[in-house]
Amino acid sequence: MAISVKLMHRPEPESTSYLRAALSGMALTFKHMVNPTKVTQQYPEEMTDLSPRWRGTHVMEQHADGRPKCVACGLCPTVCPANCIRLVGGEDDQGNRYPIVYEIDEFRCIFCGMCQEVCPVEAIHVGRHFENAEYTRDRFVYDLDRLMEQDHPSTLLWDPSDPSSE
Amino acid sequence: MEPISGIPAIVAMALKNLGIFTLVILVVAYATYAERRVSAFIQDRRGPNRVGPFGLLQPIADGIKNILKEETLPGTASRFFFILAPILVLVPSLVTFAVIPIAAPLPTRWGVVDMIIADVPIGILYVLAFSSLAVYGVVLGGWASNNKYAFLGGLRASAQMVSYEVALGLSLIAVLMLAGNVTLTEMVWQQQQLGMWFAFPLSLAFILFVISAFAETNRLPFDMPEAESELVTGYHTEYSAMKFSAFMISEFGHMVTASALMATIFLGGWDLPGTWDNAFWYNGQLISGFAENGTPIAAQPAVWKTLLTFGGFAAKTGFFLLVYIWIRWTLPRFRYDQVMALGWKVMLPTSLGYVMLVAMTILVLDELGVQYGFLFGLVLTAVSGAATLSFMFFLDRGRTIAGAGAQRTQKVEVKTTPTAVVSGRAEPAPAGD
Repeated sequence: MAISVKLMHRPEPESTSYLRAALSGMALTFKHMVNPTKVTQQYPEEMTDLSPRWRGTHVMEQHADGRPKCVACGLCPTVCPANCIRLVGGEDDQGNRYPIVYEIDEFRCIFCGMCQEVCPVEAIHVGRHFENAEYTRDRFVYDLDRLMEQDHPSTLLWDPSDPSSE
Repeated sequence: MEPISGIPAIVAMALKNLGIFTLVILVVAYATYAERRVSAFIQDRRGPNRVGPFGLLQPIADGIKNILKEETLPGTASRFFFILAPILVLVPSLVTFAVIPIAAPLPTRWGVVDMIIADVPIGILYVLAFSSLAVYGVVLGGWASNNKYAFLGGLRASAQMVSYEVALGLSLIAVLMLAGNVTLTEMVWQQQQLGMWFAFPLSLAFILFVISAFAETNRLPFDMPEAESELVTGYHTEYSAMKFSAFMISEFGHMVTASALMATIFLGGWDLPGTWDNAFWYNGQLISGFAENGTPIAAQPAVWKTLLTFGGFAAKTGFFLLVYIWIRWTLPRFRYDQVMALGWKVMLPTSLGYVMLVAMTILVLDELGVQYGFLFGLVLTAVSGAATLSFMFFLDRGRTIAGAGAQRTQKVEVKTTPTAVVSGRAEPAPAGD
């Protein structure tokens, strides 16, 4: 098997130019200097359109009287691949189950959206949102109140007029 | 009009000191802003635009940040020289501005005020003396840091600045021969008298001066002393906070001063086209020119003339600042040997030869009895233009500063005897034991 070495064609020193190359380079940079189109996105003022499949920070749907829709069935902590949902269920006088503790650790969450898919009462949803900055780490464990307070829309993967995707 | 004298002169001097120094510092601050903005535009970015309208308060934010940062002193550094170095760099870069006239003389109730801090008779020599002092600060900073990168940066700075100082001084000799004096006010006056700016009759000196000024200010493509890809950041590697800021300010101060110098020496300083703004002190009298029979014509200084000429001066200086920034974000750094080759093999002989050429041309023109004026300048322009074109032609052949790609093709002998490989499959590499 023959070994082949690729010989790069280099211009001879006599045929190369520094000044002309430098001047054409300066013309190029000048063209860019006066070019008004910029690649930088002015982030807080102009936002990127999120994908319709975007899955972000969770939202807990609630009834009109402010109770969470969650019935503490335990499906979402079971299906959660990251094991980031902590649920302690309870039962009230009428026999309705409700979550006593419902916490999502947004650090551990991988935003797969399986909690939303598995929920039988369409209570927990992933949302169209990504600005989650906090000053302390413990603020990233969202409790039930916080999940219900989230005011961003839930993901477009879920259509409220057709809740069970039929 | 009489020149200002007595107590008002002292007050005017104090005000000029304060005003021009503040102006230079302000321009330096906004040169950093302009650098970041222009570099961003060149790269299709936006640059700093968050602090204040269009980011105009960015230099102030930078200053506050640098003051509040922690000053570090390397344990093995030589403390005294380590602290002395930024001062030694900063001061020469700012004091040089004292001899540069920034506008036409300003008439006041007490007399005419020259718009220059110190119209010293040694002019250009003062500039050269102080600009070469700056190299001491750089070398000292590199040496006192006790850091090998800083030391290499300092060494490179000394070699580079000494090399290009020669070409800088020699390119100025042509100017001095034409202007006949070393004061910068008289240089402006001579350009007004010649009817054209020295950039035309002395075009090659202009080009050599610009190249040397780039090398003297350590700006790309001559930023060997910093060379961040090779030497971390060169001579100021160990500096932090305000001491680093002092190096930064002095770099931009050198840029501003060099731009103002180039504007003054080669683009007529505050002179604007036309003879309406000509003004010069001649035997204690402010004149705008000479009549046919040689009698001086008195100049009419006015506030609007001062303001307009200052605008012209600012525009020229700003133009050179823009060129500085523009070139920095276009051209890559030279190799070190290219810098030295360009300095000693190209710049030095060219400037020496050019001095001879200009001297001979001036001598011939004087012998032929051509008066110092437009025709005089025109002949010099033609001669210099020819010299410039031939200089460009030879520089452009790429012998001295060819790109890395331009090397003589090396023929590689490749032996193609198929012996070793038998099975067609490479032997698996032995596992590490």
